[in-house]
Amino acid sequence: MPTFVYMTRCDGCGQCVDICPSDIMHIDPVVRRAYNIEPNMCWECYSCVKACPHNAIDVRGYADFAPLGHSVRVKRDEEKGVIAWRIIFRNGEKDMNLLAPITTKPWGKHIPQLADAPAPSQEMRDGELLYNEPKYIRFDDGGLHTLEAAGLQLKVGVYE
Amino acid sequence: MGYKTVVEDGIDILVCGAGLGGTGAAFEARYWGKDKKIVIAEKANIDRSGAVAQGLYAINCYMGTRFGENNPEDHVRYARIDLMGMVREDLLFDMARHVDSTVHQFEEWGLPLMRNPKTGAYQREGRWQIMIHGESYKPIVAEAAKKSADMVFNRVCVTHLLMDESKENRVAGAVGFNVRTGNYHVFKSKTVVVAAGGASNIFKPRSVGEGAGRVWYAPWSSGSAYGLMIGAGAKMTQMENRIVLARFKDGYGPVGAYFLHLKTYTQNGMGEEYESKWFPALEKMVGKRYLDVEASHLSHRPIPTCLRNHAFINEVNAGRGPIHMVTMEAFQDPHLEEIGWHNFLGMTVGQAVLWAATDVDPKYENPELTTSEPYVMGSHATGCGAWCSGPEDLSPPEYFWGYNRMTTVEGLFGAGDAVGGTPHAFSSGSFTEGRLAAKAACKYIDDGKAEGIRVSDEQINRRKEEVYKPMEHYKLYRNEITAGSVNPNYINPRQGLDRLQKLMDEYCGGVTVSYMTNEKLLHIGLKKLKLLEEDLEKIAAENIHELLRAWELKHRHLTSEAVMHHTLFRKETRWPGYYYRGDAMKVDDENWHVLTVSRRDPKTGEYSMEKAPCYHLIEDKQETAEAA
Repeated sequence: MPTFVYMTRCDGCGQCVDICPSDIMHIDPVVRRAYNIEPNMCWECYSCVKACPHNAIDVRGYADFAPLGHSVRVKRDEEKGVIAWRIIFRNGEKDMNLLAPITTKPWGKHIPQLADAPAPSQEMRDGELLYNEPKYIRFDDGGLHTLEAAGLQLKVGVYE
Repeated sequence: MGYKTVVEDGIDILVCGAGLGGTGAAFEARYWGKDKKIVIAEKANIDRSGAVAQGLYAINCYMGTRFGENNPEDHVRYARIDLMGMVREDLLFDMARHVDSTVHQFEEWGLPLMRNPKTGAYQREGRWQIMIHGESYKPIVAEAAKKSADMVFNRVCVTHLLMDESKENRVAGAVGFNVRTGNYHVFKSKTVVVAAGGASNIFKPRSVGEGAGRVWYAPWSSGSAYGLMIGAGAKMTQMENRIVLARFKDGYGPVGAYFLHLKTYTQNGMGEEYESKWFPALEKMVGKRYLDVEASHLSHRPIPTCLRNHAFINEVNAGRGPIHMVTMEAFQDPHLEEIGWHNFLGMTVGQAVLWAATDVDPKYENPELTTSEPYVMGSHATGCGAWCSGPEDLSPPEYFWGYNRMTTVEGLFGAGDAVGGTPHAFSSGSFTEGRLAAKAACKYIDDGKAEGIRVSDEQINRRKEEVYKPMEHYKLYRNEITAGSVNPNYINPRQGLDRLQKLMDEYCGGVTVSYMTNEKLLHIGLKKLKLLEEDLEKIAAENIHELLRAWELKHRHLTSEAVMHHTLFRKETRWPGYYYRGDAMKVDDENWHVLTVSRRDPKTGEYSMEKAPCYHLIEDKQETAEAA
């Protein structure tokens, strides 16, 4: 459709509506459940599928080239930091389970609060360094690259 | 219209669009502007917005200087040859020298980067790409932006930039509307970082009907980066440099990891290697400088992507398709097979869906490849975007007007797709450009350059009327007909998009004409674009969602017009494989070793084109020495 919503699983919570990057998951005002209002602007990005707390959203391949009868399901677990996929082929001959990590650290905890970081000096403001540089570029004492540091010279350009 | 007007005043840095570029800008702005008010306006939800919304399995721009792998100057040489010389080397070098620090921070924030167990360095996919488990790349990065910004406005589609009325050519903020509430949002800001997306869907896609959304670049990337800046009168560069991708057929699944890491290769329908046989003739078109197969082989300097496309397109046109990716060898290794599938699941799930639906198991069958419809963007392997100032320590005078990544409109900065001449930035480079732009924006404010900005209510109200006009138009004329979508007084956004795609395809070198165009076709195309522009004044939006599509279309239209003018101006075929000027089928370095710069007069809509020098700042040491 590409995404579609199972009537009996959806409770109209709107999490898919909140996350869809293409603004196409909406709540039907009559049945008060979510549906894809514009399948031809769906990227099959699975953002809504992953966000749905009831596994109510699924994807069927695009009608202009994908036959029916396949399945690619996903379960994203933020607590455990993993994502699990199950792919079932149309002919049933291939059934794959794949698992991948999504984060190595608790969400948000290791992202620096820049408002609390010491203020940059005037020298840094006037220079080319960004936050946490130069250390974070190389994790050694090396500084930022300049043309001179790289032993390079400005070459003359070619005009018309 | 009964929509509320919500005014956010006193903003220092407004970030329009929060994909990888915008999140980088918001993050860094907090460090250099602790006392500053930082606001994000994003038309989706920043947790899943931009091209990286569904994830990414590789970071495509990482030097690895820390591991002794590459230096920034190496990257400049690489991007330069890939773009047939036409890049802003100052901007490229600047991005490359900072990008490693960005990636190292991503790892610290929890993004799982794979490591090579033997060397301890990040697992390379290719010379510039490292492999990640990137399903949650965007949510992780969005956390950083959320922690830095004062306010995040999700679901606000920015339609126009506000202009200062006390000083000409200075930005003063932006306006847009909330796609949920319909409210009109006014952001009065001292500086604006445009970090919106490049353009998908301006050329007719290969997919049809329900599948129209199956394009390579996100369908929600509506060229707003260009629409906003062109509308404000910013100069643009390299807009003719649209990109065509070789990808898995129909699903448009990525091929990078397949070629580089899994060591798969292509062959024609007869099972033959075809690429190299097109190179001798092609070398006559582009010159030995850009296609020296022997030297490239010895020095590992890659053949420019567009030239490989040229071979692909010509082989198919010669009737020897389809082109296959040979996966059957690599996929016998279970580890590589798993990587092949994860590669899709991490960033293009649609390709996995397609293979499951069509019973294509790459272990036993070599899948087909195709070339995509063209796209216009500034962060992938192409360099469309605004003409921006470079950094102080690198840029020659023509490239420098005081503030890094500032466009030719004062106080207006760019990042990611918005910046022209900086291909091969990808996700990490876009985030880095956002950081650079944010630092410069803080400096601009601290230098007192944003004093005395004035925005009249007249400007705000005029824009408001303009923003909601498609809904007014619908109300006015919908009852003239019984029902349905055919109306003599208006077109709806989908009809307008179909027309735009058809004319761009046929007149500007899309897929159905084998990427071919010429001066005559381009003139007709421009005429038709003008007529479409008139009809876009009469576009009708039935509801707020359609209003969003209407404004996306208007941004796509502005982008398309720039592409058409640039393609007409550059009288040569600089990138065979991306597009061809049938009336100028050669690379012409004598006349066209220059960057193209355009400006659309916001008042008249008239275009002016000029050439700008293409400075090569980095010595071309490579190759000859190495080849010898």
